[in-house]
Amino acid sequence: MTRRDSAVTVALLYPELLGTYGDGGNATVLARRLRWRDIPADVVEVPSGTPPPRQADIYLLGGGEDGPMALAVGELAASGTLGGAIADGAVVLAVCAGFQLMGEEFAAADGSAQAGLGLAPWRSARGHGRRHVGEVVVEPDPALGLPLLTGYENHQGVTVLGPGGRPLGRVVVGLGNHDDADPVDGAIHGRVLGTYLHGPVLARNPALADRLLSWVVGPLGPLPPLDDRDVEALRSARLAEARRAGRAARVMRRLARC
Amino acid sequence: MAATAGNLAALCSRALRAGEGSVIGGRVLLAIDPHALSRLGAGRDIAVVSGTNGKTTTTRLLATAAAAGGRQILTNSTGANLASGLAATLSGDPRSAEAVLEVDEGLVPAAVEALRPRLAVLLNLSRDQLDRAGEVRMHAARWRSALGRSPATEVVANVDDPLVSWAAEGAGNTVTWVGTGQRWRLDATTCPSCSGRIEWRRALEAPSTDLARHDGDVWACQGCGRKRPVPGWVLLDGALRGPDAAVLPLDLRLPGWANRANAAMAVAAASRLGVAPRAALAAIASVADVAGRYAEVPVNGAVARLLLAKNPAGWAEVLDVIGPPPRPVVIGINARIADGRDPSWLWDVPFERLAGRDVTATGERVLDLAVRLRYAGVDHTVVPGARGAIARAAGMARTAQGTEGEFDVAANYTAFCDLRKALR
Repeated sequence: MTRRDSAVTVALLYPELLGTYGDGGNATVLARRLRWRDIPADVVEVPSGTPPPRQADIYLLGGGEDGPMALAVGELAASGTLGGAIADGAVVLAVCAGFQLMGEEFAAADGSAQAGLGLAPWRSARGHGRRHVGEVVVEPDPALGLPLLTGYENHQGVTVLGPGGRPLGRVVVGLGNHDDADPVDGAIHGRVLGTYLHGPVLARNPALADRLLSWVVGPLGPLPPLDDRDVEALRSARLAEARRAGRAARVMRRLARC
Repeated sequence: MAATAGNLAALCSRALRAGEGSVIGGRVLLAIDPHALSRLGAGRDIAVVSGTNGKTTTTRLLATAAAAGGRQILTNSTGANLASGLAATLSGDPRSAEAVLEVDEGLVPAAVEALRPRLAVLLNLSRDQLDRAGEVRMHAARWRSALGRSPATEVVANVDDPLVSWAAEGAGNTVTWVGTGQRWRLDATTCPSCSGRIEWRRALEAPSTDLARHDGDVWACQGCGRKRPVPGWVLLDGALRGPDAAVLPLDLRLPGWANRANAAMAVAAASRLGVAPRAALAAIASVADVAGRYAEVPVNGAVARLLLAKNPAGWAEVLDVIGPPPRPVVIGINARIADGRDPSWLWDVPFERLAGRDVTATGERVLDLAVRLRYAGVDHTVVPGARGAIARAAGMARTAQGTEGEFDVAANYTAFCDLRKALR
């Protein structure tokens, strides 16, 4: 594996607006996994009121409440840098509110449709069913070559993908993008990856973290493995718990139909 | 009759060791008489205390201050802060005309409606148990409208929390503002009124006409111009300045900035209840532990100090209180319903500050904690069970400091209860 001249730059966008569920953890995970492999990494926290940097390798957008989300969209739209960076091949991980605001539209605080950044082909709205809260297991798109994704969701919004956006994966446990007979979660559009697995999704899914990193440092060759035994133990526990919860939820739904 | 049935149920619960007794008694009472709270509150002078962090401690401090003059005060000292706990507390002694009640953030509207309190003490609002509590600013909005419907309720509010300040200033209620110097600001980065960006700056750089005195940082909304009201009480550099310009040093037995802030709120509230600030502070300063929090417990030839933190704002303060090396520390994390089922918030806690300490990780979600600690660069030993974790840390404390060596045990709510039991 050859060395990269410059550090990989991870831009954490507006953490005080889009950081409700420990979303900053994703920046920590990406930077540590690079440094543990002797690849230099910089995390740039971009506070609200500051335009995002144009040259970052990975942009992170997290979850936020309605008011802060609206402010974030306004600032990102005004700066325009994110669209240019994506055109140049930057990677974007957009979680929860961040996932919604990358798309064409989403629900404002009063429920009305508000324009998103329009950088990805999906639309979000406020769901009319129950709030999506609980453990989630997603079987990722086979093209990603990843093991099961484990996470937690907590959102009222629902998202429908348009042409050019394919789901991140099929929901095995939980609700994902919307309450559906055949539910899916998240979306992939080029190097923009969106998901409702909220907060520090990369902490529980190191293979997903490494997939994003490989999009950036790919020319250096495959990333050497890390000692992830503690994460593997956590993953086993969460996947087992989610399957139990999933079975219970299916029984409850069946009983409700009786 | 309802009160008697409730007391009987509480007695059974205590006899069966099923719990502290007060909650089940209150449940029975409310089941028999759904209007029990208004009935029990009628004719009483009640102060309610609410907020994300510091409720139990501030309630204890205010009740202690109010009782210092020999007054009989009813109070829910064990943190039973839902309707059942309030009903049980108020049915305690019919002769007590005054009560200081800790109230859950979500119950504030119902409690204000039913009890028509004389005083509402509003501490802070930050992210906590978002899986069941919903968005933080929803609480602020519900507090604001509830206070508007109870105009005779006086408010004592933390002016350095923009969400609390907005909730308190909505109606015509009389407000006593307290500048606590709150450090957690991440949940109030946008204005609850207009969604504009809230900016902070040093008071000394602000136009001097804004402030009566030097009093820490000020905030202002860049959208609608709402700004921090001028406080009557200010906590700064470990001392409390009151409206009469007197400077009261806060020399408390309870540790840390968060408890000085709780004490500042309690002294300001006590003064609204007619207790002189110096007398209130003298009573408050002697409180050494609150429902097990901050208690120092001998164990295996060492001494454990118990610390409770339930959310990122609370943990940021507790990490400040935890002693430096070679003092070992136990961190305990559960994710039961009372804790919130989703421990994503662990990534909002600056555990990096524990680097260099001897850390024992424990609790039902020790695997989540262990991953967080590895990414924080904190070496740690995983011991899932509470007893084992305490035994390990006590051993390390004795090795490092000899007998009577001290260590800290910091945990979130149900993990704290498990660790406290393991220390008995």
